[in-house]
Amino acid sequence: MASETLAIAPTGLSTRSLAERLHEWAVTVDHKRLGILYIGYALVFLVIGGVEATIMRVQLAVPNNHFVSPQVFNRMFTMHGTTMIFFVAMPILFGFSNYTVPLMIGARDMAFPRLNAWGFWMSALGGIILYFSFIGGFGLYGAGSAPDVGWFAYAPLTSPAFSVGHSTDYWIVGLLVSGFGSIATALNVMTTILCMRCPGMKLGRMPLFVWMNTVMAGLVLVAIGPLTAAQLMLLIDRYLGGHFFDTQAGGSAVIWMHFFWIFGHPEVYILVLPAFAIVSEVIPVFSRKPIFGYSIMVAATVSIGFISLGVWAHHMFTVGMTSYANAFFVASTAAIAVPTGIKIFNWVGTMWGGKIIYKTPMLFCVAFLCQFLIAGLTGIMLATAPFDWQLGNSYFVVAHFHYVILGGIVMAVFAGSYYWYPKVLGKMMNETLGKWHFWLFVIGFHLTFDFMHVPGLLGMPRRVYTYEASRGWEIWNLIVSIGVIFQIIGILLWVADVIWSYYKGEIAGNDPWDAWTLEWHTTSPPPEYNYAEIPVIRSRRPLWDLKHPEDPDWKYE
Amino acid sequence: MRRSDDHREPPQVYGSNQIELAWTVIPVLIVVMLFLATARVIAQVQDADRSPDSIDVTAIGHQFWWEFRYPGLGVVTANELHIPVSDSVSPTPTFLKLLSADTDHSFWVPRLAGKTDLIPNRVNQMWIDPHHTGLYLGQCAQYCGTQHALMLLRVYVDSRSDFDAWVRSQSRSAVAVALTNADAAKGREIFEATSCINCHTVRGTVADGRFGPDLTHLMSREEIAAGAATNTPANLKLWIEDPDAIKPGSLMPAMRLTEQDLNSLTAYMETLR
Repeated sequence: MASETLAIAPTGLSTRSLAERLHEWAVTVDHKRLGILYIGYALVFLVIGGVEATIMRVQLAVPNNHFVSPQVFNRMFTMHGTTMIFFVAMPILFGFSNYTVPLMIGARDMAFPRLNAWGFWMSALGGIILYFSFIGGFGLYGAGSAPDVGWFAYAPLTSPAFSVGHSTDYWIVGLLVSGFGSIATALNVMTTILCMRCPGMKLGRMPLFVWMNTVMAGLVLVAIGPLTAAQLMLLIDRYLGGHFFDTQAGGSAVIWMHFFWIFGHPEVYILVLPAFAIVSEVIPVFSRKPIFGYSIMVAATVSIGFISLGVWAHHMFTVGMTSYANAFFVASTAAIAVPTGIKIFNWVGTMWGGKIIYKTPMLFCVAFLCQFLIAGLTGIMLATAPFDWQLGNSYFVVAHFHYVILGGIVMAVFAGSYYWYPKVLGKMMNETLGKWHFWLFVIGFHLTFDFMHVPGLLGMPRRVYTYEASRGWEIWNLIVSIGVIFQIIGILLWVADVIWSYYKGEIAGNDPWDAWTLEWHTTSPPPEYNYAEIPVIRSRRPLWDLKHPEDPDWKYE
Repeated sequence: MRRSDDHREPPQVYGSNQIELAWTVIPVLIVVMLFLATARVIAQVQDADRSPDSIDVTAIGHQFWWEFRYPGLGVVTANELHIPVSDSVSPTPTFLKLLSADTDHSFWVPRLAGKTDLIPNRVNQMWIDPHHTGLYLGQCAQYCGTQHALMLLRVYVDSRSDFDAWVRSQSRSAVAVALTNADAAKGREIFEATSCINCHTVRGTVADGRFGPDLTHLMSREEIAAGAATNTPANLKLWIEDPDAIKPGSLMPAMRLTEQDLNSLTAYMETLR
């Protein structure tokens, strides 16, 4: 019965029609299926956001290019940013969280399965509303369609005077609706972790993956609220004659920035903590050692969560805050480097003295470590306000946050995809294709984003659809655009690997990586109820205890 | 630390409080140093004293051009800022008061100073203190709408005598310029009889619009359309005829004049020196 109800199982599908199987997916409340839905939905938007990025890089490859009009370019960067943050990064990480957290804590499902389904479908609806703007909206000057106000949509560009038509409304409502979904999911993840742990799993025995997702869920609960409030205020401005952000009637453009970034900076940690979570599982298993400094890692995670709520105005060093306010946000932003540094040291400490196995998931984790370190260092540079006065809003910043998101978060997602694919689908992914994916993507990433720092240093601002030939920016932009080709091939190989392995991959078995957390104790793919018998654990590495009964972890904790 | 009996696995190490302490305390010290150094620079830049010889300029951001007003000197110009060179012995820094007429903008000339935003309903300020004459290029650094990319900015740092001469010529009204050329006189009639004057000022005439750049000394500027094209008669004519050909999305409307009227209007523009 259990294996029959898994529509993804490649065998035994004979009797049910496609419509019946789709219906099962549409009405499912199973956390594993919802996890897969989240990831699949994010991948669709990844392709869309990638196409938008490619259009921008073609336009900027050479100076004075006429590949697209300024109107189209402005829509592309607005939609690319909004899509990648809200409809790729968040859902794909929620997908990992949804799928893995209940398995890791020995639970049979999330605490609120129906709320879980509601959260997913709200997020999905948000993405559809945003993209419906291509059909239903009109941009600036009544000429266009999709939103073109930038992903942080600074007032008063979003006011009816400057954004006529409905494109901005689609942007507002899309994010509003997906925000409700995110809050529901965060509530669910938090409740599940607090209430559904199997016997013996004290908070101090939870895998770091679970700890980091707890903090992520807490941040979502705190941070999405201000965004939702700001979107509602903007809607009131646009439709009910409010003047919150309407500068022509005495409103404040700066208050929008505060609202947006008090969401926007915790958002970075909402994305990066689940990425840390993945890396914290993969590195120990492929170094054959437990995580170095578990309790310090937990403390660092929690302090990142708290500090990240007090750094938002480092996005606003150029808006004319007082020197005291600027100094405060320099201090808080630099302070977050300490717990983040501790994490990097501990991951390296985990690898130190280990027997490192360079399978694809581990390769992506090593790339993550190197790249996230560089992203952190440019982050500290930008945290010092005088440096930010010079390079804020330049291509240096664009390179910095793509280093965080692509070099950090996406690398971790790739690692996680190779690591948990055997659990989700019961087949191993192909290593050769995986290594090609890794090398091509890493080469493309570095071609694009290493060289993207340079035009920023040379004075190229972001969000320009064209530039003159005389400024010394052209060769760097060309290299940046060439890197995109490698990244596209890398991503295509990943997709090819996912599809090929589904049909032709080796059977994985329950525990292909000889890992230590609970999800590897059940079958691959797990039955709908996860565990026939709820496990009882005595240490942080229950499967180590099982495999080494003569030398279990619980003797040492 | 302990050694596993299983020889396939390396020694299982759980951590070390001493090492954790080391890699916590050292970064904390680095962060404190960094903060102190940064706070000093912030104070030096933001809370700097004004020298009595400083020049005051009000910069107003518009979609998609810059208005520069020199209160006290009687000069209004656009997109090309002229300031006197300064030196450490007798500094003449320029203090910019930053305003916006519509959306957010940001004043950024990378070789002169960091950027500061121009935000509607808000007064910001910054100062620059260049020690070398020459032309410094910059542009708007905060997305402000369709033509954010071509909201370019030129700063000419002139010697003191050049700057004084520039101020003298800029503070004159256009009436002082005799219209010797019949074509230009016809052009002026067209200019003053069409909607041009709703947006543009030519000091000393009926044209006193504030929405677009002040044209009183248009020909003293090297570029038109906020740096989108060089200031040549051919470009001027094209700009009046079809602004989208030079800067798609700019707020200048196409004037739809006859070829003859276009030529006259361009001839009038060329007299605005």
